[in-house]
Amino acid sequence: MANNRLLSPQAIKTLKQGATKEHPLFVVGLGICSSLAVSNTVNNALAMGFGVTFVLIATAVIIAGLRKLIPPRARMITYMVTISAFVIIVQKFLDAFFPTISEQMGPYVGLIITNCILMGRAEAFYITNPVSYSVLDAIGNGIGYSYTLLLLAVIREILGFGTLLGYRVTPESWEKWVVMSMAPGAFFLLGTAIWIAKSINQARDSEEEGE
Amino acid sequence: MVHLLTIIAASLLTHNIALTYLLGMCPFVSMSRRMNTATGMGVAVIFVVTITAAINWAIYHYVLVPLHSELIYFIVFIIVIAAFVQLLEMVMERFFPPLQAAFGIFLPLITVNCIVLAVSLFMILRDYSFAATVVFAFGSAVGWTLAMLIVAAINERLKLIGNIPQGLAGIGIIMIIAGIIALSFLGFGGMVDVR
Repeated sequence: MANNRLLSPQAIKTLKQGATKEHPLFVVGLGICSSLAVSNTVNNALAMGFGVTFVLIATAVIIAGLRKLIPPRARMITYMVTISAFVIIVQKFLDAFFPTISEQMGPYVGLIITNCILMGRAEAFYITNPVSYSVLDAIGNGIGYSYTLLLLAVIREILGFGTLLGYRVTPESWEKWVVMSMAPGAFFLLGTAIWIAKSINQARDSEEEGE
Repeated sequence: MVHLLTIIAASLLTHNIALTYLLGMCPFVSMSRRMNTATGMGVAVIFVVTITAAINWAIYHYVLVPLHSELIYFIVFIIVIAAFVQLLEMVMERFFPPLQAAFGIFLPLITVNCIVLAVSLFMILRDYSFAATVVFAFGSAVGWTLAMLIVAAINERLKLIGNIPQGLAGIGIIMIIAGIIALSFLGFGGMVDVR
């Protein structure tokens, strides 16, 4: 029964929307800070992607599960406390198992709390929907966010350091684009990525209208 | 004293919180479309960041450390920030209605502005003293506002020329402008050296 519901067309749509049409980063423009700051190497991007997805799912379960108990006036503070609690778990997990990544990411792990995707999804979706759909939405958004981060990170790490996951992939003669590993490179790359994503979406929309 | 001056120069120019650490980008993007909203947001952020960093420093060092509960400082900081913003809104509504009319709409947005929390987190990571924290918070917020104003001004000019490709309009072009400004801010690098 539960299985059937999870595979219903609406469920699949919920899952897909977060990763494509309502893509948090490109389309809605949320979560830009962290995606720029930690996409310099693939390792950091992976850690951040997993961290955000984990916190999203956990928040979805808690908020959607308690949605009837949360008084409307205390919504925001409930989201914040829930999110912070899970971010502490992520931080301690990284500290314990991946100390080098944790050190490189510095304050950015803590800043998952203010990642607008979390608050945004909690307010827009989890507070009004049942747990099952909320979790699907969380997974969709988490995947959408992570693959973007990973895409940016792969480009930036190859161009900026000439490596991938720390292994050399470019020939010795490769001139590193140091600027790609720094802030301006992040801006340029995200700007270009948003441009491409928007153009594709616009083309698709006008095609749908034409039909 | 020299240390404090170094911190303020670093947070304003060489280690600008928006252009080097890439923080506070969501409001940066949404606010830098128009010059006057950017100014309003900037003033509100400078005020809130400086004061919450001071409060958080005091709470961390006088409450959390003696109680050995540093673990929960994320939760404490974010609650302090949210509570302070709420309080500020109420005080302004009650005593300074014109101010509320001008800055009111920016206040709720500040709670989720990452730089407010980021400044508090940096101060813990770098082990700043109280004076250093206040100076760093103020400098960072001013630096963030500076960056946003530059981008907003360029963006307003660009709109007048109006030759932006359709897909690039909005967030895209702001990213490109910010990238160029960040590139020019790299020119300040090496002026001061601070962790």
